[in-house]
Amino acid sequence: MSIVVDSVSKKFGDFTALDDVSLEVRDGSLTALLGPSGGGKSTLLRVIAGLEAPDAGRVMIGGHDATTTPPQRREVGFVFQHYAAFKHMTVAKNVAFGLTIRKKPKEEIESRVDELLRLVHLQGFADRYPSQLSGGQRQRMALARALAVQPRVLLLDEPFGALDATVRKELRAWLRRLHDEVHVTTVFVTHDQEEAMEVAEQIVVLNDGRIEQTGSPRELYERPANDFVMSFVGPVSELSGRWIRPHDVEILREPESGASEAMIDRIAHLGFEVRVELTLGDGERTWVQTTRGRAQELELGEGEIVWLRPSEPAALSDETTRPAPRSVA
Amino acid sequence: MSSRGSRYLLRFLALGYLALLLGIPVALVFVNAFQDGIAAAWDAVTTPEAQHAFYLTMVMVAVAVPLNTIFGVLCALAIVRQRFRGRALLNVLVDLPFAVSPVVVGLALLLVYGRRDGWVGGWLAEQGIQVIFSVPGMILATMFVSLPFVVREVIPVLREIGTEQEQAAATLGAGSLQTFFRITLPAIRWGVAYGVVLTTARALGEFGAVSVVSGKLSGQTETATLFVENRFQRFDETGAYAASVVLALLALVTLLAMNVIKPKEAQ
Repeated sequence: MSIVVDSVSKKFGDFTALDDVSLEVRDGSLTALLGPSGGGKSTLLRVIAGLEAPDAGRVMIGGHDATTTPPQRREVGFVFQHYAAFKHMTVAKNVAFGLTIRKKPKEEIESRVDELLRLVHLQGFADRYPSQLSGGQRQRMALARALAVQPRVLLLDEPFGALDATVRKELRAWLRRLHDEVHVTTVFVTHDQEEAMEVAEQIVVLNDGRIEQTGSPRELYERPANDFVMSFVGPVSELSGRWIRPHDVEILREPESGASEAMIDRIAHLGFEVRVELTLGDGERTWVQTTRGRAQELELGEGEIVWLRPSEPAALSDETTRPAPRSVA
Repeated sequence: MSSRGSRYLLRFLALGYLALLLGIPVALVFVNAFQDGIAAAWDAVTTPEAQHAFYLTMVMVAVAVPLNTIFGVLCALAIVRQRFRGRALLNVLVDLPFAVSPVVVGLALLLVYGRRDGWVGGWLAEQGIQVIFSVPGMILATMFVSLPFVVREVIPVLREIGTEQEQAAATLGAGSLQTFFRITLPAIRWGVAYGVVLTTARALGEFGAVSVVSGKLSGQTETATLFVENRFQRFDETGAYAASVVLALLALVTLLAMNVIKPKEAQ
């Protein structure tokens, strides 16, 4: 089912969470709502789900105006960051909940629960309680529970936010594979740009209640619409008063036209990636990302003078007045 | 003083305090109840007056506890989940029975329901309903003094579990009532259970308000606690202490019941 958000606004007291937001989500696609905390992405997701009512605007699901439809009847599956597991029910009863509410026959419920537990690799856990599961397992259970009633749309609110890094990576890949299998229109919220880039087909960047840009991961990375998107979606470094991707900077041993002189302060070897921190002629500090091979080729050493030039084709911001965010080495 | 020594001192002081205030007096009540022998104690608590007194106490509990439980859950839900004007006031009012002396409660009820001068009582008397010096008044008094417990126990539990489970239930298709009975109620059941235990204990032990309101007619409007006072004033120590023992045992049963129905949650 496609989703159309039409000029939705939402305020909480004096705080504007969403400011005239409009968005289209294609049927069957996998979309990420990306942005910093407080940017409005969770609010937007909840408005789509019907858990919040917008102050203005409409929400269309599958072509029908769902703005005044309560969440019970929107047929949206929702997965919460902290699982929202029904603690007093077993895993099987959790997953079966939506079907039980719809008074489906017992055999149908049992077979569907079984099927779903297999899908999320939790077969054998049917009679356990959520408190006996790990975080990752609970989230998989929550996913199975949401999918049980065959929702038209699947919404996930920072689904992996409460999990540790390894489990997060696993479940990201897993969500992608699940979407390939199940093909339900999926929208998930994250503040982790790596997660959005890795999983989503389409990313919507939200900041301060407004959409900054919508596009594929590649579009956002290579052709960011503004400073905010550029710095949020990937690393930035500053050269000649403009922002550039640190790996789009060439390090040269000899001065060439268009190149800026700089002294190497520090070289950090991060496995495949080598991070070179430098001070430019005007005293500004910057950093460049290069590969291990290239660093060895150039025989870079700390304290040396080199020349920096944007490589072709590099994404450059317009003249920026802000200093590039310093990465913590 | 070493940390170990101070830990033991703390325990000694705490236990000593409890022993002096509770343990020893209660133990002495048990001892004195049976000072004339078990038969005498048994006789004292099986007189018609005694039996009626315990029966009335049970009636108080049977009416006050369920009503205050239902009210308590609904009130807690309103205070925690909804925003309305006067919410803070309601929260404070619920605590009123803690603040007001039971005797004052009794007098207030007299003012409202008294047969001749009562605000409402006069009209009720015309309908043939007598509240004061009769069982309905005693029930009202018991309900008032035992009102806050379920509310107070359920509110923090409701706050802690948050609304996410209920939201999840909504997205899965559950309506308000379904969500309440399948999700909310099971989630708060231990808060409710503990609140019920406290309400029961309070209703069992109520004296002051009921004393004012009942008229203390032996065999008619005398609860177990009033019976104990009655016996004691008539120098029937065995009767007083024996009835006290029964009340203490009832309270103990209530506590044990809660410990029995509290299995997994304790983990």
